[in-house]
Amino acid sequence: MATLYERLGGAPAVEAAVDIFYRKVLNDDRIKHFFDDIDMDAQIAKQKGFLTMAFGGPNNYTGKDLRAGHARLIKMGLNDSHVDAVIENLGNTLKELGVPDATIGEVAAIANSVRADVLNK
Amino acid sequence: MPQIHFEGKAYERTAGESVLDSLLRHGLKVPYSCKAGACQTCLMQAREGVVPPKSQTGLKETLAAQKYFLSCVCHPDGDLHICAAGDETKISATVASIEDIGANVLRVKLNAAQPLGHRAGQYLSLLREDGLARSYSIASRPEDGLLELHVRLIPNGVMSTWLKTDVKPGAAVRVQGPSGHCFYVTGKPDQPLLLAGTGTGLAPLYGIAQDALANGHTAPIVLYHGARNPSGLYLIPELKALAAKHANFTYNACVLDDATDGLLGGALDAVLLSREKNLAQTRIFLCGDPALVMGLRKKLFMAGASLKQIFADAFLPSVK
Repeated sequence: MATLYERLGGAPAVEAAVDIFYRKVLNDDRIKHFFDDIDMDAQIAKQKGFLTMAFGGPNNYTGKDLRAGHARLIKMGLNDSHVDAVIENLGNTLKELGVPDATIGEVAAIANSVRADVLNK
Repeated sequence: MPQIHFEGKAYERTAGESVLDSLLRHGLKVPYSCKAGACQTCLMQAREGVVPPKSQTGLKETLAAQKYFLSCVCHPDGDLHICAAGDETKISATVASIEDIGANVLRVKLNAAQPLGHRAGQYLSLLREDGLARSYSIASRPEDGLLELHVRLIPNGVMSTWLKTDVKPGAAVRVQGPSGHCFYVTGKPDQPLLLAGTGTGLAPLYGIAQDALANGHTAPIVLYHGARNPSGLYLIPELKALAAKHANFTYNACVLDDATDGLLGGALDAVLLSREKNLAQTRIFLCGDPALVMGLRKKLFMAGASLKQIFADAFLPSVK
């Protein structure tokens, strides 16, 4: 039985999704201020990493990495509502790419599984 | 404290200091310009020690393999034994002509002693005998013979003033390069091209447009040149001629103020975005003012362009 990552299409699926996802995030008034950065290349690389992880793909994130990585955003007021918004944009991206709802649910569950680390709880 | 060994002496480098800043702090006169890892004026070579890969970004493979690095973005973990970039990285050239072509731009043509091996749209570092260096984009193709540069006359600008007042045809200079990834690549003749820039950003764009057409590019090639007002536009006859000769080439001049007949009026990014749609397959080249180039890159991405298809050359000023 194929893994989630394989079912989604692996690395090419991440490539197809990242631009769409990043555009949604930069357009979303609830969260775009967290991405107020000029270095789009660095940001897109981070989004690729996030999507790969959420798709059940290979990644090296530790809980500690996620805490440290979001510490600056916590100071800016990062909270559950923002994590919800990101997961919502992720779901909408996958919907646009024709991914079935059940599979989207699996991806959302993985994204949710790191919520506590991201929010430094 | 890590040390830099240069010309027989050892210099202490403080944490966080780049190799360049360290040498400058110790009073050494080493060449540099943009201090952003782009112009390659600060190119040096390591004899011993570990060169961080980040300090080799943009270098030709052959140079990277010989442990050349950019000192302004070099933060080695340990000691480095370094030397100045050898003469083999520089090519001798003579000035063939210098022409004032309006809009405060000089068209400088150079006769290089050896081919630079460049593509139109890349840039080189122009070196005066005393070591003064500035980067300029190349508007010409290798087939054109002479290297064509467009130099903006900057008030109190050292290089541009020197070129305007002191340099005569026959003067000896050196050039280092080429660098940069803004150039035409064959293989997709039916891919729409969008070229946009301000000021002397027109130089690389003009080079790329000619290169594409010379290579039989069939899809539309649209060029936008933006300026504050009509006196900031230049190369108008050449661009109109190119448009008259090639049905798939369009020249759009855009000015903020005093738009007259045939000119588009408004901010370049707003005008461009209102007119150019369906960007998903377009290859885009943006050159010139850094704020405009990076802003437009983001806006074009948001409007559906692929980041991988956007080639941006922000003209960073030289840093004192």
